[in-house]
Amino acid sequence: MIIDATALAGHPFLAGLPASQLDVLAPLARPESYNEGVRLFREDAPAAEFWLVRTGQVALDIHLPGRGTVPLETIGTGGVVGWSWLFPPYRWHFGAIARTPVETIRFDGAGVRAAMADDAIGKELAIRFMTVVVDRLQHTRLRLLDLYGTGPGSFS
Amino acid sequence: MTGAMAPVPYRVVAREPETADTVTLSLRPLDAGIEPIAPGQFTMLYAFGVGEVPISVSGAADGRLYQTLRAVGAVTRALHDTPAGAVIGVRGPFGIGWHLPAAPGRDLVLVAGGIGLAPLRPALTEALGRRDHFRSVTLIVGARTPGDLLFTAAVAGWAAAGARVEVTVDRPADGWTGRIGVAPAVLDEVDLDPANTTAMVCGPEIMMRFTATALLRRGVRAQDVQVSLERNMRCGVAWCGHCQLGPLLLCRDGPVVDYGRAAPLLAVKEL
Repeated sequence: MIIDATALAGHPFLAGLPASQLDVLAPLARPESYNEGVRLFREDAPAAEFWLVRTGQVALDIHLPGRGTVPLETIGTGGVVGWSWLFPPYRWHFGAIARTPVETIRFDGAGVRAAMADDAIGKELAIRFMTVVVDRLQHTRLRLLDLYGTGPGSFS
Repeated sequence: MTGAMAPVPYRVVAREPETADTVTLSLRPLDAGIEPIAPGQFTMLYAFGVGEVPISVSGAADGRLYQTLRAVGAVTRALHDTPAGAVIGVRGPFGIGWHLPAAPGRDLVLVAGGIGLAPLRPALTEALGRRDHFRSVTLIVGARTPGDLLFTAAVAGWAAAGARVEVTVDRPADGWTGRIGVAPAVLDEVDLDPANTTAMVCGPEIMMRFTATALLRRGVRAQDVQVSLERNMRCGVAWCGHCQLGPLLLCRDGPVVDYGRAAPLLAVKEL
């Protein structure tokens, strides 16, 4: 199944992208659905794609010896799953699993990397992915603060 | 003003444990009670012989006050452990609470972190009591762990009354199937009309800053974002100055302040 530029523009991650750039990306994308519990990828496996979540929740997870697979964070509607395809060594650092039924747009990572060789597309997507990364970093830092604990500066 | 200066005796008629360290006290006055309380206002609760602390009101109905508090110090521990039948003192109500918009058709977003849900609950209750007044009502709740979530038994009722309720935790426990992450992250998933959105945020100050920033990034105006600020409330009547935040005395001018006023003050470490 194919997906057109209009559908791509309907996702917050790609909203506002010029039509010419959406036309380049559309052939690299396809809609994909996952039932609850279906794994999108495993840690340390080759990273060759990314997903835009249209509906549902995806959990990033990691396997800990003695504790099993531990969920770290969920990514919901409008979110982006996966950026390891963008950087060497192109392997997943974490795993991802559908926590609910999930509707996504799945992109071919190598194809998008090739498309990003075009300066305009490359700059647009790099900024958008950086925004995602920065948001996740800031949210992770917030969690590190343990704001809801009982230490000094905590809220009670 | 009844109850502003001298504690009014209230009996603890019931205590509902919410989490391992948080309880909701149901209070009934022995005689005349304090003045009616508005959502977001607070009272000073007095554990006789121990001390007095500011506590949010998490509900009021049928002459009862519901106050939810977490045991983190000597006074809150004493209040937390107060058995049903015992008497405590109540002063208040104090401050300015949440401002529910008069204009119809707006999106109402409430974002609570930890025990910050307690002072938001009366606003949510009031909003759901006239649900048709709003285009949407969304409640986002963040907590440290699933075991730290408040009012869990009420969530289904809020949803049935027309609220979208999203719950997220920082640290999932085994068996948790819900969201994992911070409350501000959930905002990205909420369908809202930024120009017609009213947001109410209560939780740790850093969490409120990040939430407000996320709302502003969506296009919500700073004056439409209300935050509940916590400082060292003592007298409750703007005399002692302990709760000063720049030009504000939060016991009188707050605790609820719009983010347009609050943001520049929160950026000053010395305040």
